[in-house]
Amino acid sequence: MSLNVCVNGEDISFSGAPHLAALVAHLGLDPRKVAVERNLEIVPRSLYADTPIADGDRIEIVHFIGGG
Amino acid sequence: MDAALDIASTDTWSVAGRTFTSRLIVGTGKYKDYAINAAAAEAAGAEIVTVALRRVNLSDPSQPMLADYVKPERFTYLPNTAGCFTGEEAVRTLRLAREAGGWSLVKLEVLSNTPHLYPDMPETLRALDLLVKDGFDVMVYCTDDVVLAKRLEEAGAAAIMPAAAPIGSGLGIQNRVNIRLIVEQAKVPVLVDAGVGTPSDATVAMELGCDAVLMNTAIAEAKDPIRMARAMKHAVIAGREGYLAGRMPKRTYASASSPLAGLI
Repeated sequence: MSLNVCVNGEDISFSGAPHLAALVAHLGLDPRKVAVERNLEIVPRSLYADTPIADGDRIEIVHFIGGG
Repeated sequence: MDAALDIASTDTWSVAGRTFTSRLIVGTGKYKDYAINAAAAEAAGAEIVTVALRRVNLSDPSQPMLADYVKPERFTYLPNTAGCFTGEEAVRTLRLAREAGGWSLVKLEVLSNTPHLYPDMPETLRALDLLVKDGFDVMVYCTDDVVLAKRLEEAGAAAIMPAAAPIGSGLGIQNRVNIRLIVEQAKVPVLVDAGVGTPSDATVAMELGCDAVLMNTAIAEAKDPIRMARAMKHAVIAGREGYLAGRMPKRTYASASSPLAGLI
């Protein structure tokens, strides 16, 4: 079964375990270097594996870049 | 002891309980690459760098990351709210920044959506209030309005950071009187943020009594950013030393430096 979620404004289909840790790993991201929001709620890094994701979720994954 | 080292060891400034020796904060935007960025930050002797928070690139997660070059163990990251035009956007961004890095010391900038990018001050004040209630230590980018600067301080700003001129303009300090009045009334650190173009601009800011200077474009867009970073470091030290030394009085007419007594 695959889930359809919106990550950073992009619709993606994801067939891994239905939690945030699996999604972050699937996207090839280092969880220590990002912050995640699920449906406008910040998810603490320690809770990624315990945070379920469902069809239609809106996920934002951000990190630091250069800025003034 | 070398004079620069001497001042470095004794002359510090503090914001929100954190003490720093370097009075030059540098941005991390507009550089050709992160390696030059990191070398420039080192050459500037900076201890704090501003950073922005953005979506990760999903199509290429292996692209270079700021934190691999400008290391958070070496520099204090000061997350900004660039690109936010409302208090709510700023709060959302900084909460994510706090989660990403754990920092509560942040730079608030709520800009007007205009070609001059001057801060939207009513919205800045509103955002400041939200952030202070949320436990952030907020360094606030603002206009050089003396009365509004006081309002920010009363609302709990950890530092007041008036613009010298529009962001990225390199025009230097447009209103020395206002910057000086803000310095004189403030009980929290005052930093000139934005508008510095040359080392002498940075020196003027420090001669006016600012606690530090924040700049990005003046270094990033120099032909040789690393050399300019070094120049800015010296300029900030010169201005600070000059301020502490106390300038001579201005006079309208000449005052000969060589004595007239004993003239042949």
